[in-house]
Amino acid sequence: MKDKRVSLKYISILFSVLLLYSLAGSALADEGSAAISAGDTGWLLTSSALVLAMTIPGLALFYGGMVRDKNVLSTMMYSFISVCVVSVVWVLWGYTIAFGTDVGGIVGSFEFLGSNGVGPEAFPGTAVPHLAFMVFQLMFAGITVALISGAIAERMKFVAFVLFAVLWVTLIYAPLAHWVWGGGWLGELGALDFAGGTVVHISSGVAALAAALVLGKRHGYGAEKMAPHNLPFTLVGAALLWVGWFGFNAGSALAADGIAAGAFVATHVATSAGVLGWLAVEWMYTGKPTALGGASGAIAGLVAITPAAGFVGPISSIWIGLGAGIVCYLAVVWKAKFGYDDALDVLGIHGIGGTWGAVATGLFASVGGATGLFFGNPGQVFIQAVGVGATWVFSFVGTFIILKVLDAVIGLRVGREEEIIGLDLSEHSERAYT
Amino acid sequence: MKLVKAIIKPFKLDEVKDALTEIGIQGMTVTEVKGFGRQKGHKETYRGTEYQIDFVPKVKLELAIADDLEEKVIETLGKAAKTGSIGDGKIFISDLSNVIRIRTGETGDGAV
Repeated sequence: MKDKRVSLKYISILFSVLLLYSLAGSALADEGSAAISAGDTGWLLTSSALVLAMTIPGLALFYGGMVRDKNVLSTMMYSFISVCVVSVVWVLWGYTIAFGTDVGGIVGSFEFLGSNGVGPEAFPGTAVPHLAFMVFQLMFAGITVALISGAIAERMKFVAFVLFAVLWVTLIYAPLAHWVWGGGWLGELGALDFAGGTVVHISSGVAALAAALVLGKRHGYGAEKMAPHNLPFTLVGAALLWVGWFGFNAGSALAADGIAAGAFVATHVATSAGVLGWLAVEWMYTGKPTALGGASGAIAGLVAITPAAGFVGPISSIWIGLGAGIVCYLAVVWKAKFGYDDALDVLGIHGIGGTWGAVATGLFASVGGATGLFFGNPGQVFIQAVGVGATWVFSFVGTFIILKVLDAVIGLRVGREEEIIGLDLSEHSERAYT
Repeated sequence: MKLVKAIIKPFKLDEVKDALTEIGIQGMTVTEVKGFGRQKGHKETYRGTEYQIDFVPKVKLELAIADDLEEKVIETLGKAAKTGSIGDGKIFISDLSNVIRIRTGETGDGAV
């Protein structure tokens, strides 16, 4: 009881300091001088809300439907809490690590600590308020952490996941975002990543692999039936992700212009082709096209077009989407041979789909000032490969270390009995279906 | 008196009930059950992972009847529940030592 009061006191002191700091900051921030475009701002704020809808409810439903009925609440809560934790971290220190003035190509400076100096004035190089850019990026960070939860579903402690979210967005996501978009070395090298194929999808997919390896398999994996308990949830979630992804990709133009329209079209076409590719290859292999396959193919197509969206035309988008559906299907089916338990196939869809998309961007880029191999610039594929390799290594090693440390300090997994009962009851004292 | 238990395909329930009420059966109890016989189960596939589902959903019917109705009930029930394909189910008949209607206390044939 005494301990609690002491820690509450510290928390209130911390908040008072932050409050004073932010008040000082807003007094110093000068009002916007460069022109703000109403159209661009309206589209970016709308896109920010669309990206939020990808995570909650989109991803929460997509993942929630795929687990067993004893773990649906805990699985949906991972997405919910990711958004909340990352949002607070982002305005406190995440944003400045990603988008503060470049320090050695690796991280941003602390100039925007506590969102100090992030105001209504135009973000450099755009006609949107700095605040709008900051919150758009916040939504990206939120979904990236939530994506990883698919690998650890049905067995990770809630408190461990919350701490993991804080550490991962700080130490992995924010630096990666800086490398690619914040003036860091990958962007300088010329790596193309329109909306986050490396930063969001490869990083989360590879982190998922590291997490699956550190946590180990679910109890009964390979012996018990672990079929999805509610595929309509999953289909609705996938459809919501599809809708929200227009904000993710077309919003990444940071303007309501022709590039945004191109990204919108590319996103939609590639997603449709992704569904067709997945279903076709599934039909050939197993004799039946499945609803879960359709949902998965849509996400595969969305992931793969993400780095390319603003750089390719509609026909290239068809190839990128078809390729994603086929490649991701094979990755997911071959998972069983490797024996790790990435419960909801985050690596197979986001890691592999993101890798295919990043390479495909180097092949198909033809608009927006970018040129790929098929349009006479073979060097781009090499640069893309560097970006992919750096992201794989950084995310895998970093995630592995973070989880090993957390495991040693507080433990990552619920107990065997809690796992068998289900996390809804053992971690949250609730049941989804009573 | 006889106790008739029948395991049938779920979609045949309405047909069976109508046929039995037509020959004068006034009540029955129905339970949703799972099980397997020669039909075995089926396969489900999720992202390439196959699961063998051994227990197939069926409906269990229970009715108490007077001895003289036995042949007619077997014939009617069998006809209504039959599709001719594997998995149509089975009918089990056993002797029933007594039946009591709780409301009136009647016993035996009068309570059936």
